[in-house]
Amino acid sequence: MTDIAQTVSPAPTPGAAFMRALKSFALLRESTPGMVGAALVLFWVIVAILAPLIAPFDPLASLQPMAKPGTVYAQGGTFWLGTDHLGRDILSRIIYGSQTVLFYAPLATLCAYTLGIMMGLAAGYHLGWWDIVLSRISDIILSFPVLVLYIIIIATIGSSGINIIIAITFASAPGIMRIVRGLVLDLRNRDYVAAAQTRGESAMYIMLVEILPNARGPLIVDACLRLGYVIITIGVLGFLGLGLPPPDPDWGGMINETRKMAMIFPHMTIFPCIAISSLILGFNLLADGLREVSLRD
Amino acid sequence: MPDSVTPYDGPVLEIEDLCLSYYTRAGEIPAVVDFSATLAAGESIGLVGESGCGKSTVAMAIMRYMGNNGDIVGGTVKFKGRDMATLSDEELRQIRGAEIAMIYQEPMAALNPSLTIGSQLMEVPMTHDGATQDEAFKRAVKMLSDVHLPDPERVMEAYPHQISGGQQQRVVIAMALLSSPSLLLLDEPTTALDVTVEAGIVELIAELSKKFNTSLLYISHNLGLMLEVCDRICVMYSGEVVEEGHIDSIFSWPKHPYTHGLFGCIPLPHADKNARPLMAIRGQLPLPHERPTGCYFGPRCDFFEAGTCDEKLVKMSEVHTDDDPAHRVRCQLWNSLDHDALVSMSEAKPPAEIGETVLEVDGMQKYYEVRDTSMAAMISGEGVRQVKANEEISFRAGRGETIAIVGESGCGKSTFAKVLMGLEQATDGEVRMGGVNIGDLSVKDRTAKQLGSLQMVFQNPNDTLNPSITIGAQIGRVIKKFGVESDPVKIQERVLHLLDMVKLPRDFAIRKPRQLSGGQKQRIGIARAFAGNPAMVIADEPISALDVSVAAAVTELLTDIQRDNQTTLLFISHDLSAVRYLADRVIVMYLGLVVERGTTDEVFSPPYHPYTEALLSAVPIADPEVSKRRIVLEGNLPSALNPPKGCPFSTRCHRRIGEICDNEPPPVQFNADRHGIACHIPMEELCEVEPVIKVAEKHSGPEDIAPVA
Repeated sequence: MTDIAQTVSPAPTPGAAFMRALKSFALLRESTPGMVGAALVLFWVIVAILAPLIAPFDPLASLQPMAKPGTVYAQGGTFWLGTDHLGRDILSRIIYGSQTVLFYAPLATLCAYTLGIMMGLAAGYHLGWWDIVLSRISDIILSFPVLVLYIIIIATIGSSGINIIIAITFASAPGIMRIVRGLVLDLRNRDYVAAAQTRGESAMYIMLVEILPNARGPLIVDACLRLGYVIITIGVLGFLGLGLPPPDPDWGGMINETRKMAMIFPHMTIFPCIAISSLILGFNLLADGLREVSLRD
Repeated sequence: MPDSVTPYDGPVLEIEDLCLSYYTRAGEIPAVVDFSATLAAGESIGLVGESGCGKSTVAMAIMRYMGNNGDIVGGTVKFKGRDMATLSDEELRQIRGAEIAMIYQEPMAALNPSLTIGSQLMEVPMTHDGATQDEAFKRAVKMLSDVHLPDPERVMEAYPHQISGGQQQRVVIAMALLSSPSLLLLDEPTTALDVTVEAGIVELIAELSKKFNTSLLYISHNLGLMLEVCDRICVMYSGEVVEEGHIDSIFSWPKHPYTHGLFGCIPLPHADKNARPLMAIRGQLPLPHERPTGCYFGPRCDFFEAGTCDEKLVKMSEVHTDDDPAHRVRCQLWNSLDHDALVSMSEAKPPAEIGETVLEVDGMQKYYEVRDTSMAAMISGEGVRQVKANEEISFRAGRGETIAIVGESGCGKSTFAKVLMGLEQATDGEVRMGGVNIGDLSVKDRTAKQLGSLQMVFQNPNDTLNPSITIGAQIGRVIKKFGVESDPVKIQERVLHLLDMVKLPRDFAIRKPRQLSGGQKQRIGIARAFAGNPAMVIADEPISALDVSVAAAVTELLTDIQRDNQTTLLFISHDLSAVRYLADRVIVMYLGLVVERGTTDEVFSPPYHPYTEALLSAVPIADPEVSKRRIVLEGNLPSALNPPKGCPFSTRCHRRIGEICDNEPPPVQFNADRHGIACHIPMEELCEVEPVIKVAEKHSGPEDIAPVA
């Protein structure tokens, strides 16, 4: 029958998905904090993408040590935010540093979420032994102070980009699992889950199709908040010397390297601090805005 | 205040041309458009209508408690002659709770769970009358015994969760009456309760309003309850009163097509699914900002006349009947309508043929084990206790037959459905379907054909569909899963065919569930259940969460599809009216045990099991020509963890014959071939019981009814 094909579109097209995303963004417009957050995050994303075009200097090149902000470089150009003790341009390092943060933080959050959601679904849906074992494992991990946990993990497996992701995944997944488990405990008693069970769907199908999509609201809000924490974590790891190995630009590392001179040359420390704070603030405000909008409807 | 000096003897409440609006993001929403009512001292008035018609908003406006975004746009509310709109916050506080008290639907939510009932009750006289601690205590205890709570002193000490739902509602009523209010607002006070408990509460409300001379404003969607409590009644539709008058006058000679429609939707004793099917009102309630011009009911009315009904706002007009001068109706055509024709417009349908046996349940049992790990339990050796959710259930269901399982919450009817569906396994006994025992087969072990031949319609419309997936995809999945079709185009074709079958537009296939109303969701739930051509469908309270007019439409749809497909229907419900209407055979359950089973006629007429008798008496019937014998059950449903040793009903039975009831399980006695009653009382005695419900001869006209006092 031809009219069927006309009346019913087979699957949502990418265009439709885009329109939906646009619609939820339009909702976000009603929340001022949400818009401010979105603007901050968007700003740093654009900076990270355009880094090679907008950075005035090579972030690794040693040019003129300890220049104050606004110093004009003899070979052309201005150190708008000054240089550090090794003579590297701070503005360029911050610009390139945003690439590091915005690459590792979302990736680490994504990994943590994948693991946390899997654990939470299994524990919350199957209950029984699955729940007991997974919940106790997460309790054990959560009982460590986070920082100690990071130090232990990184000290054991060494500091590198991949290891940062591993450490963050390991430390955040239990918290995510708890949230997911709580949501699943509620959703698993819905009638549509019973309907799926009585038509013989597999546990995997029920968890991924019937339960997970309906838990997405709170999880999206939590992911935004958690992204902020992960940025702090990456900064802290960099500060403790457990982040990316030097000389790659890394906001936390920049603060650490210059903190001894912070009293004399505050610009070396303050600007990376502002960068970190603004991005975290952006994600937190975005999370607030999303929560506000989601509570309204 | 002058009121306390000279007693006020005018009407307690006068509402005139009340207009209420809510202000939201979407703009102004006129929730109530035109509402007028007058309530004299000691009078009770009922407000009836479907959800969304503005009943609760009116109650809130009387208290002038409309929240941040609600406001009175026009009209006045006068309480004892004082305009509520002119009162200051301080004066309002003195009136609220003291002179106007309110009782809500959910008793557990109305009581503070962290305070004892005593302290919550004593607060009322201490705050409003400045009573001392001792006085307040005495008055609270007195009031608790007035609401017939056993052992009031013990209840005073208890926390809300320690008493049952019915007792909680009695406490809420006691709390409302403690300050001796002159007006009591009741917003669906019994909707959350079981029928037998509801009957007790309704009786209590009627008794207390007489005793304390309190005026009542009773809000409900249940017309039957109105008949038992109210003197006058206002029928509301889409924010305005469409008909008001004395209760007998409205019930006997309704003038508005909507009121007629409401009565046509209720399964009254004379309704029959074949001879006199229910008449659903087509369409749905218009949204407040999408009301049509002219008569709001116009688009759904069978007597709509273009040019007359859609021109201007319809005003209330007087219906001059001899015995009710206050009967008014908002319809321009009421005088020209043929009201007798309105009553019997439904067309008869052929009865379904009952074929070979589809399902056979033989001595099915389901026990749960509850582990008690406390020290006391370990010492006494009662670490594992059994909950007997189902005990010895046996029956046969034929092709095309409708079997109803009736009982109050906690009687094990849903557990039985779970065992049938394979979500739980039977502890003992057999459940044979197509010759195979499926009682201990879990869903995982059942074949696609077995799964497809036994499907379920769920209770809660908002829960029955996955909110993230389109309707079409959800139905399509079922078709594919049960192997009815495998080709995507054929599946799509069948999805659309199913949508036609449940009378929904085809473009619903690409919609998400949140764009649908409750009744529409329930239709999709039915389409999904029938997608795999089931031999049997279990409907677990499919209409209890729906409004009357929607429920009638869904009921009709379900019976039509069942009749066309020759499907066996297992209808699980607590609503005896719906059961009488729908079922061919009835099974009455109490605390996991089948107390009575037989054909519908056998169960609904003597001999009854005493529990069936009480259930029948508890159901409110919206027909003044039906007279009922009143039986109100005492006490609560015993805990399933600790059931009575003998007959499970012995603790509440009004026909208890002695110790044998407490100590020995009752034998099943057969009256007719398949009509069994589990009771110790000899069958001859049960046969002599008078029928609970008597339908009087149909009256021919108004003059036959006794004049209204």
